Amino acid sequence: MTGMYEILSKEALNPTVVRITVQAPRIARKAEPGQFVILRAKEQSERIPLTVADYDREAGSVTVIYQIVGAGTMELNTLRAGDCLHDLVGPLGTPTHTEALKKVCIVGGGVGCAIAYPVAKKLHGLGCTVHSVVGFRNRDLVILEDEFRSVSDELRLMTDDGSYGEKGLVTNALEKLIEAGNQYDQVIAIGPLIMMKFVCKVTEKYGIKTIVSMNPIMIDGTGMCGGCRLTVGGETKFACVDGPDFDGHLVDFDEAMARGAMYRDFEQHAREEACRLFQKEAEPNA
Amino acid sequence: MPDMNPKKTPMPAQAPDVRNKNFSEVALGYTREMAVGEAKRCLNCKNKPCVSACPVRIDIPAFIERVAHEDFEGAYEVLSRSTSLPAVCGRVCPQESQCEGKCVRGIKGEPVGIGRLERFVADWHRAQKSAPAAKPAPNGHKVAVIGAGPSGLTCAGDLAKLGYAVTIFEALHLPGGVLSYGIPEFRLPKQIVQEEIDGLRALGVEIECNTVVGKTLTVDELFEMGYEALFIGSGAGLPRFMGIPGESLKGVYSANEYLTRINLMKAYLPGSATPIKHSRRVAVVGGGNVAMDAARCAKRLGAEEVFIVYRRGLEEMPARREEVEHAQEEGIIFHTLCNPVEVLGDENGNVCGMRCVRMTLGEPDESGRRRPIVQEGSDFVLDVDTMIMSIGTSPNPLIRSTTPGLEADRRGCLIVRDESGLTTREGVYAGGDAVTGAATVILAMGAGKNAAQAIDEYIHQKG
Repeated sequence: MTGMYEILSKEALNPTVVRITVQAPRIARKAEPGQFVILRAKEQSERIPLTVADYDREAGSVTVIYQIVGAGTMELNTLRAGDCLHDLVGPLGTPTHTEALKKVCIVGGGVGCAIAYPVAKKLHGLGCTVHSVVGFRNRDLVILEDEFRSVSDELRLMTDDGSYGEKGLVTNALEKLIEAGNQYDQVIAIGPLIMMKFVCKVTEKYGIKTIVSMNPIMIDGTGMCGGCRLTVGGETKFACVDGPDFDGHLVDFDEAMARGAMYRDFEQHAREEACRLFQKEAEPNA
Repeated sequence: MPDMNPKKTPMPAQAPDVRNKNFSEVALGYTREMAVGEAKRCLNCKNKPCVSACPVRIDIPAFIERVAHEDFEGAYEVLSRSTSLPAVCGRVCPQESQCEGKCVRGIKGEPVGIGRLERFVADWHRAQKSAPAAKPAPNGHKVAVIGAGPSGLTCAGDLAKLGYAVTIFEALHLPGGVLSYGIPEFRLPKQIVQEEIDGLRALGVEIECNTVVGKTLTVDELFEMGYEALFIGSGAGLPRFMGIPGESLKGVYSANEYLTRINLMKAYLPGSATPIKHSRRVAVVGGGNVAMDAARCAKRLGAEEVFIVYRRGLEEMPARREEVEHAQEEGIIFHTLCNPVEVLGDENGNVCGMRCVRMTLGEPDESGRRRPIVQEGSDFVLDVDTMIMSIGTSPNPLIRSTTPGLEADRRGCLIVRDESGLTTREGVYAGGDAVTGAATVILAMGAGKNAAQAIDEYIHQKG
């Protein structure tokens, strides 16, 4: 099966965020914004779920954007254009509902913007008015600015330290837009759990329906393991088949944050090991 | 004259206090002498009650007779007429409620060790490294099989032997289904699963992994691709939870997740990329084979104490008898007539205990087993840091929700018309857990076998 999922292009969007486009005609034919794929870089690699960042049905390719955060993504990052992923499966999950929306505010945080962008693009293509609020820690971490600009009727770019765009959090910008009289049918928030939680606090106050995209720990991604379960409106839901989009006002974010940290020690250790390993591999060439 | 020893030839096994620290196979298999000796206990009776109790109808006395005469290849030929996966069945079938349960020798002693003999013959054959079976002449027809688990592999194997071009579409990155992700290495070495799958490939069966039917491809698209009939063996689905407080705490696993991490992702090996919690005290809730597997894995990962918590009694446990005995020998502690009511967590959201109640058994319920009733005021707390839920699954919705005309019952199980496995869609057959809900490997294989025959008849009739 190796050789099927060739990396057609690879590009660093910022020092830790990378975009790859992979040959996968069957997935490209079906993928919709909000859905995800699971990939394995090599034969013994972990299964990594990544939301689809873009797709080209004619070229038969899908694009994913990953942040190099741990051993798994470090290993993935050793592959170059022309190499093949060992495994790629999808599209999984339910697409983001985009029907009958007239005016939407998309809120993206950090690498979550990679997932927010295809949703903004689709809504824009459907004739919906799209306001985008994207936030990053600083100037160096900004990604997809041009892409967002091309599909947004309004764009607010925020940085925590004010080194680019406006200084402040996405929630400040969102609240200003709402206070300025913008009537949104829906807010779609995609980013770190803590950001989505606070976006939901803002929109709850104004009674605006808010959709969030959850990315819990998962293994198979097809509804078999139950590792990705969340509490939504008091009920247990599986992000892989019931989501990953959920009504943000019903999601138990605190529980999701605790569950996301389940393997922190293991991950920390694996990351250190991987750093050492990749350093060793790099040394002979240095 | 048959050997009239009332006892089965014992199965050599790793010592309990050795094996509960490794993942190597527990049962070591009969030697040639043991197998021939055990085979001689068979009465070769005329009405063959054992065969009627075998879901794939292996001609049991015929294969055993050949073992008794040391014609092991002949024995293998008899087995392979009925089963594509004898090395698997010999290890994981619940023989006590099937073939061996009906064995005449069992009336006044122990039945013939049919499962052990099946395993011996299959292992003997594997060791011969004989040339793979010749690829049958193609008959020009294409069939798609969804899911590379026991039912799908069996259906594919039987159809390939008839000359069909069969493609199996598998969602995971490896074929085998529950044989790969569920049943642990110490009970079913993955090398054996691999070899059985290689055998199917030698027959011409194609396996496409990483393909989720219902997502990557739909049933209708498979027909458009030229497949004339389909078999759905997509297996069990979403794990069930009890709906008690605390089930989202860190340290609560479904058995599916726990076993998938260990078996499919090899989390038990040092250096694995997939993490697993190395627990101190573990409670596994449930009494089936999956519960036994999870408990025995937890022990092997180094847990000090592992409990099986089951709401009925030992007698009512659905697990294979041998698995229960092996678990007991390995030091798993059984809390029967006991049911959890709450998972307790510490300030960091980690499991730190499980509140349980004691049960008594009342009148039999619809399953025929006595209904467990809570004893008032019997609450107690079990000190555990991990809880593994092994109380069954509900079928995966991905295929039925994307296939017009494919009907499921109230529980979500695909509806089939009869033994053939024909669903409510023409040309679409189904079997295994997708139809029955969580059951056994051999029942799934039986369903795959029946469907293969029905698909062959259907395609011939269609002309």
